[in-house]
Amino acid sequence: MSGPQFRLPAHVPMGRRIDREAPLAFTFNGETFTGYAGDTLASALLAYGAFPLARSFKYHRPRGIWSAGAEEPNALVQLEAGGYSQPNLRATQVELYSGLTAASVNAWPSVDFDMMRANDWLSPIFPAGFYYKTFMGGGFGAGRWWKLFEPFIRRAAGFGKAPAVPDPDRYERMNAHCDVLVVGGGPAGLSAASIAASRGCRVILADEQAEPGGDMLAGDRVVDGAPALDWVAATLDKLDAAGDVTVLRRTTVAGLYDDNFATAAESVGDRFGPGAPAHLPRLRLWRIRARQIVLAAGAHERPYAFPNNDTPGVMLGNAVRHYAGRYAVVPGRRVLLGTNNDSAYRTARMLADAGIPVTVADARETPPASLAMEAEHAGVTVESGFAISAVLGDRRVRGAKISRILPDGETSGAPRLVETDLVGVSGGWNPALHLASHRRAKPVWNESQACFVPDGLSALGVRAAGAVTGAESLADCLEQGYAAGRDAARAAGRTKRSRKPALKADDSAGPAPIQPLWAVTSRRPGGRKGKSFVDLQNDVTVKDVALAARENYRSVEHLKRYTTLGMGTDQGKTANVTGLALMGMETGRTPGAVGTTTFRPPYTPIPFGALAGRDRGALFDPVRETPMFDWHAANGAVFEDVGQWKRPFAYRRGGESLEAAIDREVRAVRDGVGVMDASTLGKIDLKGPDVATLLNRIYTNDWSKLRVGRARYGLMCHEDGMIFDDGVTARLGDEHYVMTTTTGNAATVQAWLEMWLQTEWPELRVFATSVTEAYATATVAGPEARALVSRLDSDIDWSDEAFPHMAAVTGSVMGVPARVFRVSFSGEASWEINVPAHRGLALWQALIDGGATPYGTEAMHVLRAEKGFIIVGQETDGTVTPFDVGMGWAVSKRKDFIGKRSYNRPDTARPDRKHLVGLLPLDRKVVLPEGGQIVTDPAQEPPVTMLGHVTSSYRSPSLNGGFALALLKNGRNRMGDTVHILKLDGGADPARVVEPVFYDKDGGRLHG
Amino acid sequence: MQRYSIISLARNALTGHRNWPQAWRSPAPKLEYDVVIVGGGGHGLATAYYLAAEHGISNVAVLEKGWIGGGNTGRNTTIIRSNYLWDESAAIYEKSLQLYEGLSRELNFNIMLSQRGVLNLAHNEHDLKEMSRRVRAIRGNGVDSEILSPAEIKKLVPAINISRELRYPILGASLQRRGGVARHDAVAWGFARGADDRGVDIIQNCEVTGIDRQGGRVTGVQTSLGPIAAGKVGVVVAGHASVLADMAGFRLPIDSHPLQAMVSEPIKPVLDCVVMSNAVHVYVSQSDKGELVIGAGIDSFNSYAQRGSWHVIEGQMGALVELFPIFSRLRLMRSWGGIVDTCPDASPILSKTPVDGLYFNCGWGTGGFKATPGSGWAFAHTIARDEPHPINAPFSLDRFTTGALIDEHGAAAVAH
Amino acid sequence: MLLIHCPYCGPRDETEFSYGGEADIARPLEPEALSDAEWADYVFLRTNAKGRFKEQWVHTHGCGRWFTMVRDTVTHEHGETGVFGGFEPDAVG
Repeated sequence: MSGPQFRLPAHVPMGRRIDREAPLAFTFNGETFTGYAGDTLASALLAYGAFPLARSFKYHRPRGIWSAGAEEPNALVQLEAGGYSQPNLRATQVELYSGLTAASVNAWPSVDFDMMRANDWLSPIFPAGFYYKTFMGGGFGAGRWWKLFEPFIRRAAGFGKAPAVPDPDRYERMNAHCDVLVVGGGPAGLSAASIAASRGCRVILADEQAEPGGDMLAGDRVVDGAPALDWVAATLDKLDAAGDVTVLRRTTVAGLYDDNFATAAESVGDRFGPGAPAHLPRLRLWRIRARQIVLAAGAHERPYAFPNNDTPGVMLGNAVRHYAGRYAVVPGRRVLLGTNNDSAYRTARMLADAGIPVTVADARETPPASLAMEAEHAGVTVESGFAISAVLGDRRVRGAKISRILPDGETSGAPRLVETDLVGVSGGWNPALHLASHRRAKPVWNESQACFVPDGLSALGVRAAGAVTGAESLADCLEQGYAAGRDAARAAGRTKRSRKPALKADDSAGPAPIQPLWAVTSRRPGGRKGKSFVDLQNDVTVKDVALAARENYRSVEHLKRYTTLGMGTDQGKTANVTGLALMGMETGRTPGAVGTTTFRPPYTPIPFGALAGRDRGALFDPVRETPMFDWHAANGAVFEDVGQWKRPFAYRRGGESLEAAIDREVRAVRDGVGVMDASTLGKIDLKGPDVATLLNRIYTNDWSKLRVGRARYGLMCHEDGMIFDDGVTARLGDEHYVMTTTTGNAATVQAWLEMWLQTEWPELRVFATSVTEAYATATVAGPEARALVSRLDSDIDWSDEAFPHMAAVTGSVMGVPARVFRVSFSGEASWEINVPAHRGLALWQALIDGGATPYGTEAMHVLRAEKGFIIVGQETDGTVTPFDVGMGWAVSKRKDFIGKRSYNRPDTARPDRKHLVGLLPLDRKVVLPEGGQIVTDPAQEPPVTMLGHVTSSYRSPSLNGGFALALLKNGRNRMGDTVHILKLDGGADPARVVEPVFYDKDGGRLHG
Repeated sequence: MQRYSIISLARNALTGHRNWPQAWRSPAPKLEYDVVIVGGGGHGLATAYYLAAEHGISNVAVLEKGWIGGGNTGRNTTIIRSNYLWDESAAIYEKSLQLYEGLSRELNFNIMLSQRGVLNLAHNEHDLKEMSRRVRAIRGNGVDSEILSPAEIKKLVPAINISRELRYPILGASLQRRGGVARHDAVAWGFARGADDRGVDIIQNCEVTGIDRQGGRVTGVQTSLGPIAAGKVGVVVAGHASVLADMAGFRLPIDSHPLQAMVSEPIKPVLDCVVMSNAVHVYVSQSDKGELVIGAGIDSFNSYAQRGSWHVIEGQMGALVELFPIFSRLRLMRSWGGIVDTCPDASPILSKTPVDGLYFNCGWGTGGFKATPGSGWAFAHTIARDEPHPINAPFSLDRFTTGALIDEHGAAAVAH
Repeated sequence: MLLIHCPYCGPRDETEFSYGGEADIARPLEPEALSDAEWADYVFLRTNAKGRFKEQWVHTHGCGRWFTMVRDTVTHEHGETGVFGGFEPDAVG
């Protein structure tokens, strides 16, 4: 690549936004280039010429840079490598930094020679939606063809590549509130922010570029007789000086949501590349709640289509102006500008000032006389009533043709050849309505300006100003910005007075009317040679739009989905309106009648990592640990996740297997004494005179007669009658109860109680307070449990007489007040000792020192299953009633409670529902698979008649073999039957149906 | 109907594709039809197709208030699977999957069914138990399902993180190899083209504003294009079922919620199957275009606005990059919302109603797309015979009175 | 993302709240007197209104109080909130 020959020499008074004193070397496709601080990757590359740097999505045609901003469809690059690798960045938005490395995407083997270009030559059989019409299967059987072709299509599609290693960068979230959020730092946005700030508003101004200024950054605008950029600098100084103003540069407001909530992505360390200072996050995601929003998002120039309009060297007209004015880059020696509106003349004037020959082809028969005269005076050739009708060249513009143009886009007469190597095209402007659309403000078609403009915003607390309203003159933008800022301040309740600044722009006369022009391409048979692209990224042509119309994909949404128009990474910013206007022409509708598709967030893409923010790794979800956690971790505990809690599953000693550990723990409880950390169980303090009434309504059983000092087990159901939680509630005083819940449902049950108390039974005088984390709980169980707890430093009488099963006692344990419940989930004599959380570890240590064996959740499961005690969520799944699990004894007939009425429903009252039963494998060595499906005929071919499933299954050291609990259809009437439990790899295990109590059936051990 | 094939494509190339016929007509509505289907989504169009194709009833209109396929058909994450827990669900979703497997040929329209497998991850002991139960039940119903170890998962999905150090590590997964994705729009268009070819009138931009009844029997509908008489009316309007029920004078056990989905920018292939996780809430696949297609959770509140809240998306992304750390630098390109009608038991309603000749097909929640052909097939039977087919009889409205619910809350990664 | 006006705490982000569905669904005083259909109506059937909808919310990560709010389910515009009655905390010792 020869040098940066298209950078204008320093003496030309352009390119004031780059610093020629600060050259930056970078690499593109392996070659070294040099740009300047202030350049984008695109401007730095264009200084070397408008060469192909990308390949298109479908046809793999060579593509160059098309725009100078967020709307870029073509110039996608893969930035950097390794963990920093970033696919699909728009070169037009990448700020240049020293050492930047970028490469083309979607080309093989290279962007200069891409094998997939074959798609272009085969394109006659690949019109829009061709894939719906083939690969249906043919003679090869259902879908076989598609199976064969899909991998090829997948490989050909996509642009860049995902990094191969995890992201080394860090992302942060910021939350902010303000009176007025101003979106866009162009003339309207600056004007709005300025007045809002002067009226005492807390203002946030967000601008997506490296520096605010918007269109004024091209450097050719004048405000109050001085360069507009002086006004920009002065305004920014003023905003910086104001107290409550935040100017966010490089910050793209990505989405607007209900009640003026906005998301914005701020590029922070990102612009320094991999060498960014370590303290900087790569991006900050702002979450802004604004009282009022001023939408000054500007407009995107749109092209009109013509054959081979995708050739590198064709770009948007205003992009030519920006590259020249802002970066001193004009990637051509002779420029052709095609336009149908006034904006090209400003570009022409700038180029002419730089001494570059320019031809303007203005589709309007009579361009504004003043503009034309001024242009011609500057040496610009103006061809009125002409439009670009073809571009010559393949990988580079080698010339162009212009033709006399009729209002319907047809040309007349022979085309004229224009010598050019850089073509700028302007078909008008599309206001950037995206954010308005996020708030459901429907765009309306403005016939005279030939563009969609926002409508119905102010009722939402959003005010549009500047080019986003269709305003074309700088004067209008400044004035609208002022009005929007003033009104927003008032609506935000700020009444401080300030003077209206008197600003005079260089264009108060206003523009002449546009002459709508969408495509210069014959729709007549034979047509023109060469493809005319509407959507450059997705390779949607004018013909594709016509095909969609022909096949009745006429709704704007069908057009989009059938042709993929506007579905690329640019979301059709320069394509959508042209496409729908062409659809309108095909079907005799105005663009307004065709309508737009809905713009959806984000405005421009945001890295997933920025959305995830710090919610990763250890911070993905909080870990909840009990006060005894460190002891568990230090003593061989294998943890399981139960909700957010880490609970010991089992404690492995030495080289012991998990199974051996569980066996040992079970035996310890059955033969000696075990201790389990039950701190995770939900604990809710209930106080007030009406607690018993509440419990009666919430639980299925009767609570009227529970005495102080006693505890009772209860089942909780939803109104559909299905079990959703269970636990023991103890009465500690006349008006004081404490309820325990399952670990996973603690918060749910608390919320459940509150909901009923507040919304349905406000007359009940009950306070429900979660005390789960206030207490640590150790469950001491086993025949030697009493002996152990009796040795604790305590004033509690642990004798069976004073402290019988289902008693609840408060007293002192190890010098602190404790709540102790004699309840058993293991079938052994068992005490649940609750002490203030900070004493949990001491209590635990004392019990261990006293000889208790710690046991985990799995041993607990075995112990309770041997007793036939259910675990909610394991024996139940939201379809199981108390009767189903054989707990009809816990359902009161005498009172109403949540869910009771549902038991009379025909299906719920069926006697042959699934019942909880026990299963004993005939082969005592077998442990049935949990989840195993139960059948009577193991030889039946699928679909088989499944009668239920194994809910819990373990090896029991006490029973010396496998046993299980199961839900079995009509199970209570199948006692003694043999059923079969299907194995995954075929075959089945026979088992006998038994009562679901396997150990100590008369419960004698409870009193041990 | 002009048949689609590589040969017809080549032939049309010679004439610059100027002779392709309309995929479906846009006729003016007649004054009367044997059957009016309200709702031109995938389910409604499939219903019309099967009414004509299987029951010989072709004097049918499909009334669509917007553009066909514009509701949840065109907004979902295109996942197809039949790995449901309960027998009743397995029957209807498996019927649907089997119809999908032959659909491109049947409709002569490539719906791009890609049976690349659907993986459901397990992250804790409870998940593993649930997975075991589910896989065994699914296989008992003759549907394919298997259990994978973390190492096997990694082999299938190299981009996934199976480190035990994850906050919620991957302990296993179930895999339905016949599951996958299809092109959602193509399903609607294919059914539309097939139904149209059999004489069904597809009327777009025709909003139903009332349901006419006489003596407890439906007689037709009021529309934005005038009244249309009908012997029978089938309502298939996901996201609007309660509104139509209200017109007919009854209520449904349905709440409508926004459900969001999103896509990344297109990248080269990096994910070859569908990955779903209930516990941390992820579901993701990669489209043929190269976008990662990601489903978020539903917003908790009732809504008819096709957009959701931002925090739902943030939560979703945290989970996604936990499971796929290399996706962190990929970029969210577009997010959107649909409205899902959820039932208390997370199962649909395909049913006769209190009004004779009026049928409702609704309540598919987050899982309607995968059911499209099966739902249409069963609903067509229900309308044609005025009685449900055995595979949709369990999904009748009266289950909410009898208590015979089909609780599939564990079925989707989305908490209903 | 709504900005919900908790009648006790003022405007707070939606993420602080939990949703409680349709308001004013009174639990029948005598469920046993209802037919299966009437019971199903209470348990399952909902208005699911399109447009103005009275619903209930709880300020979970705030004061913990339930309240009602009227919201438009199409535009998400929301207006008046209402409080539930209740006993005075002083009534409890």
